[in-house]
Amino acid sequence: MRLKQLSLFLENQPAHLRHPCRILADAGINIRTLSLADAEQFGILRLIVADWQRAQAVLEEAGCAVRVDEVVALEVDDERGGLAEVLAVLEGGGHNVEYIYAFTAGRSGRAVLIMRFRDTDAAIATLRVGGVRVLEAAELLGGG
Amino acid sequence: MVEQAAPAGARQPFQLSSAPDFLPEAQLRTLQLERLQATVARAYERVSLFRERCQQRGVTPADIRSLADLRALPFTVKTDLRDTYPFGLFASPKADVVRLHASSGTTGKPIVVAYTESDLAIWSEVMTRTLAACGLHAGDTVQNAFGYGLFTGGLGAHYGAERLGATVIPTSGGNTERQMMVMKDFGVTALCATPSYFLHLLERAGEHGIDWSELPLRVGVFGAEPWTEAMRQRIEQLSGIRAYDIYGLSEIIGPGVGSECSAQHGLHLFEDHFYPEIIDPETGEPLPDGQEGELVLTTLTKQAMPMIRYRTRDITSIIPEPCPCGRTVRRIERIGRRSDDMFIIRGINVFPSQVEAALLAVEGTLPHYQITLTREHGLDRMEVAVEVTPEVLSDTVGGMAGLQQRLAESLAHVIGVRIGVRLVEPRTLPRSEGKAQRVVDQRDV
Repeated sequence: MRLKQLSLFLENQPAHLRHPCRILADAGINIRTLSLADAEQFGILRLIVADWQRAQAVLEEAGCAVRVDEVVALEVDDERGGLAEVLAVLEGGGHNVEYIYAFTAGRSGRAVLIMRFRDTDAAIATLRVGGVRVLEAAELLGGG
Repeated sequence: MVEQAAPAGARQPFQLSSAPDFLPEAQLRTLQLERLQATVARAYERVSLFRERCQQRGVTPADIRSLADLRALPFTVKTDLRDTYPFGLFASPKADVVRLHASSGTTGKPIVVAYTESDLAIWSEVMTRTLAACGLHAGDTVQNAFGYGLFTGGLGAHYGAERLGATVIPTSGGNTERQMMVMKDFGVTALCATPSYFLHLLERAGEHGIDWSELPLRVGVFGAEPWTEAMRQRIEQLSGIRAYDIYGLSEIIGPGVGSECSAQHGLHLFEDHFYPEIIDPETGEPLPDGQEGELVLTTLTKQAMPMIRYRTRDITSIIPEPCPCGRTVRRIERIGRRSDDMFIIRGINVFPSQVEAALLAVEGTLPHYQITLTREHGLDRMEVAVEVTPEVLSDTVGGMAGLQQRLAESLAHVIGVRIGVRLVEPRTLPRSEGKAQRVVDQRDV
């Protein structure tokens, strides 16, 4: 239910985003989903991959600064109000979402949200009690 | 008992215990005075620039009756070597000079330094004592990554290590691949390098399958550029070796002027050959032991190029307390800054060491950084590029902006002017294979 997310620091310049993507591609690692948070001079690239340990190793070997965090993946209906309902549950538990990104590909009628919390365990508990389906890493990424 | 005769050409073993490092103080001072008098007489007789300056001051070699009388003599400065380029300060006929080295001058002509046979023997001796102070001994395998060539580092360390009875591998600087191979395959127990180059090797070690804990490498002998206590801790933690600071400059002899010992607190100067003074860099007045100022060195035994009261531009102080290691030759504090490294921004004097202190205060360890000075519309701008390390990386933009702001505030606090901070990706700032280039001045002055 907790998912590892890799974060990379990138300078906000042409070709800087391609570098880590190329490294992962060459290592045969597929990026399942990502988000890029940007400021004027730099950006933070967040990645979800199946084999995060190997991805971290190849990225670090290539000179990237990599950080690993735990995020939560949950599934909602891909329809109006799906997100609002989940946010209401979290609000009820007093949890603030640090950031969020979503993807729908490959899951008909359902969307997956990746969320980052200060207190991951407490947020997961609240989501469970509120009837939200929190995904296991294996469910989302396949394999063990 | 039958004494076995040493085979022809065998090296006399070096005996640390009988080295002059441990001379009783009174005996050391007597030796220094005798040698000083002989050196001053030699320079007065043979170096016209020195003689003329003495005459202007009305001082002759006969006036040097005590070590304290040294203060009556004129200083020698780096530009004196440039102005008399190439051979103007030599005190030996060319026929007696067996070696020349030269510094790569960043501006204009280089400076040339000369050695007689006896000077080379002294150089080997002080480098042997340097390496011994760093804990090396006969039987060590020394990878010498100081540059061989006109630079004094490579050959200086080379002869010292040989004299010590060690096995020397003259890898010289650069070619990281080959350095890694040698370190892994040749059973290297000690490495001589610039600290920034060793940090570069540490960063690249993973790619070469090097596990430091499996290597017999024990000691790093680091010099040729200023480095900090924080860099030492980083090197020792990452590699598990003991890192020692050594000191020297070509004008005096090359490496071998001073070295840390097992105490790793201050560098012993081999003052039976190089007499130290600390002066106020503004007034030129000598300062008592313990006070910080510019280090001034006088060679006591060099023949080809005696240096009288050479201003090193290095800022340090003499440590008055005796060292727990038992050496009687005095120590200086490690050199954090040179009056040369200083730059002026909007009328404020700034040393790179201040920038390091500010970065260290925020991050806990010293990141790679580079200072760039530019001038826009007549106004000086200073920007510090800082490499992001995994330890300070945040997964939010706000977190990184916060880091940037804390670094900028720390710099403003230490230096007193607002300074731009730019966060850059790891391993993107230039790592020269030799000295790290900390300051890039792009101002057209």
